[in-house]
Amino acid sequence: MSDPSSINGGSVVAMVGKDCVAIGCDMRLGMQALTVSNDFPKIFQFNNAFLGLTGLATDVITLSEVFRYKVNLYNLREERKIEPETFANLVSSTLYEKRFGPYFVGPIVAGINSKSGDPYICGFDLIGCINFAKDFVVGGTSSDQLFGMCESLWEPNLEPDDLFETISQALLNAQDRDALSGWGAIVYVITKDKVVKRLLKTRQD
Amino acid sequence: MADRYSFSLTTFSPSGKLVQIEYAFQAVNQGVTSLGIKASNGVVLATEKKSTSDLIDASSLSKISDITPDIGMVYSGMGPDFRVLVDKARKSSHTNYKRIYNEYPPTRILVQDVARTMQEATQSGGVRPYGVSLLVGGYDADNGFSLYQVDPSGTYFPWKATAIGKGSTSAKTFLEKRWTEDLELEDAIHIALLTLKESVEGEMNGNTVEIGVIGPASDHMLGFEGVKNIQGPRFRKLSPQEIDDRLDAI
Repeated sequence: MSDPSSINGGSVVAMVGKDCVAIGCDMRLGMQALTVSNDFPKIFQFNNAFLGLTGLATDVITLSEVFRYKVNLYNLREERKIEPETFANLVSSTLYEKRFGPYFVGPIVAGINSKSGDPYICGFDLIGCINFAKDFVVGGTSSDQLFGMCESLWEPNLEPDDLFETISQALLNAQDRDALSGWGAIVYVITKDKVVKRLLKTRQD
Repeated sequence: MADRYSFSLTTFSPSGKLVQIEYAFQAVNQGVTSLGIKASNGVVLATEKKSTSDLIDASSLSKISDITPDIGMVYSGMGPDFRVLVDKARKSSHTNYKRIYNEYPPTRILVQDVARTMQEATQSGGVRPYGVSLLVGGYDADNGFSLYQVDPSGTYFPWKATAIGKGSTSAKTFLEKRWTEDLELEDAIHIALLTLKESVEGEMNGNTVEIGVIGPASDHMLGFEGVKNIQGPRFRKLSPQEIDDRLDAI
């Protein structure tokens, strides 16, 4: 009962492709060795920005509600949808507000800017430092494994269908090497005009 | 102020008016004329720099102020109240927006913030309303160029072209005749100078008139080149020479 970021377990990953992005997560919720749920998705959608949240599950839930509230008010005030870059900065400032009593999470953001069509991904640490990447970002208890999988499997300018295969293999094989991640997986493939959500068939252990 | 006064000094009269706000409007209407014109590719803000003496160093006072790189503001009424509102708007665009979203607020959001500040001064304990009306011109990617007026009451309106202050009624009639949908920035500056000429009493030259423009991005102001996705400021003040050049063309 020590490290808050590895009590509940979970993994997320996002990748950039040709005019598309993909984001995936596992479905496990545990209490250390005990698996409590195989239906705990970690990706949340806010307008055209997708947020993947790993870490302490209570903070995952709370933050998803906090961002829902903040984005709803943004939509009402600004009378427009929030863009991924802007949302990422909102995540960063929200996390830094709790600099000396942080949320124990490892968030990642993925999306496509509705005006420019440019894909955007980034990751953060628990106190909001933005890690902007042009290739991939990882998070969760199998982040080391995900780094290895992504570094070897990723290549630039993958088409949506190829990006799906690549991110799925990265996620599946990384979570299978992690006791605290797994029990299912979801992958979103995002292009300018549509979002395809797929449930992957995985090892249920 | 609010610590000693828990009650508002602006209260309803039997006729349903908030007299303090009416008086604030009087202060505005005694002030020097200011005007704003929205063109297809920019916004012009203009005002007269009326000095009580020739000994005043006119160049040291700026009546048209930038709040963000893409938003500028001018006033009619009490100078000190304008100064305070400029400082609050500049600070608030950082604390309530840029430090959250890492981008400057769109014009309407900034205007709503200033308007809220002015409204609070009509309802909070121990304070008086601001004795200024403001014209805010700005640019943002989603809405393009926009021009807003904010009153002492805290009401705000979007305008295509308008004037505030002493000669505002005749200036607005003048503008109504001359404003068209396809005005370009240079035409708008020309019309602004013509309109000001009607209400300016003394001499009109580059030192007695102030013009601010929200136009094309001035990338040369960045101080560096070669970075994509970054633009220079759109707010710019015309130099006295530039104003004189245009006055010669009238």
